[in-house]
Amino acid sequence: MHELSLIASVFEVLEDEARKHRATRVTEVVLKVGAMSGAVPDLLGSAFDAYKKGTPAEDARLEIVVVPVRLRCPDCGGETVREETDFSCAGCGSRRVEIVEGREIFVEKIELET
Amino acid sequence: MTTKTITVARDLLATNKAAAAGIRAELRRRGILGVNLLSSPGSGKTTLLEALADRFRGRFRMAVIEGDIETERDAERIRLKGVPAWQITTGGACHLEARMIGKVLGDVPAAIDFLFIENVGNLVCPASYDLGEDLRLVLLSAPEGDDKPAKYPQAFLSADGLVLTKADLVPYVPFDPARAAAEALAIKPGLEVFTVSALRGEGLDRLAEFLAGALDRQRSRRA
Repeated sequence: MHELSLIASVFEVLEDEARKHRATRVTEVVLKVGAMSGAVPDLLGSAFDAYKKGTPAEDARLEIVVVPVRLRCPDCGGETVREETDFSCAGCGSRRVEIVEGREIFVEKIELET
Repeated sequence: MTTKTITVARDLLATNKAAAAGIRAELRRRGILGVNLLSSPGSGKTTLLEALADRFRGRFRMAVIEGDIETERDAERIRLKGVPAWQITTGGACHLEARMIGKVLGDVPAAIDFLFIENVGNLVCPASYDLGEDLRLVLLSAPEGDDKPAKYPQAFLSADGLVLTKADLVPYVPFDPARAAAEALAIKPGLEVFTVSALRGEGLDRLAEFLAGALDRQRSRRA
């Protein structure tokens, strides 16, 4: 629901990086979005399209890499990757797992023209 | 003209996380327990805070930060209980962010025990934003239905306690407190579950003791 404000933060990052690298255009943006981040990739895409007009990223291609939820089990030491909302260890069934990945929203990579 | 690819790896929530860490440190320094309340609109967050204000009177001092899209209504209700309250109106935003709390924190009296933050009524977005609280409570009222934890797992996953509210309505609506608790516990083992009726006072003693215990633990870690 707050995808537009997340995209506003993406553009702060883009403007900052473009300035640092004296770039004229941003041609590609890669976002890493955790499956449990609360952000919906399709909505991020629409928000990006709405936001980019009139910015140096006007023609940029947006790629969204969804990061699955990765759990670490303190009981057996195993790691489990989950697509669905099941927070249990695949090895021993423990539910005391720790989420090590899958809640983040990152600007991973950008392609710039200088 | 040259094209280059840069790995930036910049966390979009970094600004919020940093602000939340600052608030958490400040609250701990002052010996105040921060409690973030999450739930749908109308599940009884303000009513629960009014009941806690009555329960804590003479024993603990509390303050409340209210988050809503519009109006000062909730802060006014809390002030009628003699409790200092600040209203944050987000003007449309679906959740509170740490820097909004940071702006109010300077006005919060130093000599309080609990700072309650009543988040914008929404079971989705507030779950993703750390406000620097020590304790997160999620509320679920009987009329909402006992099937909500599995449908909104993030809110329950991020919580330390679940408060099943409006227990006085259980005889009239299809809501099984045990089922709601079991569903939430499947998502978050160890979650403390409270069944309360703020209207009739049931379950409030246990919740108040839980909060008092959390305050003691926070202060003994500091000492």
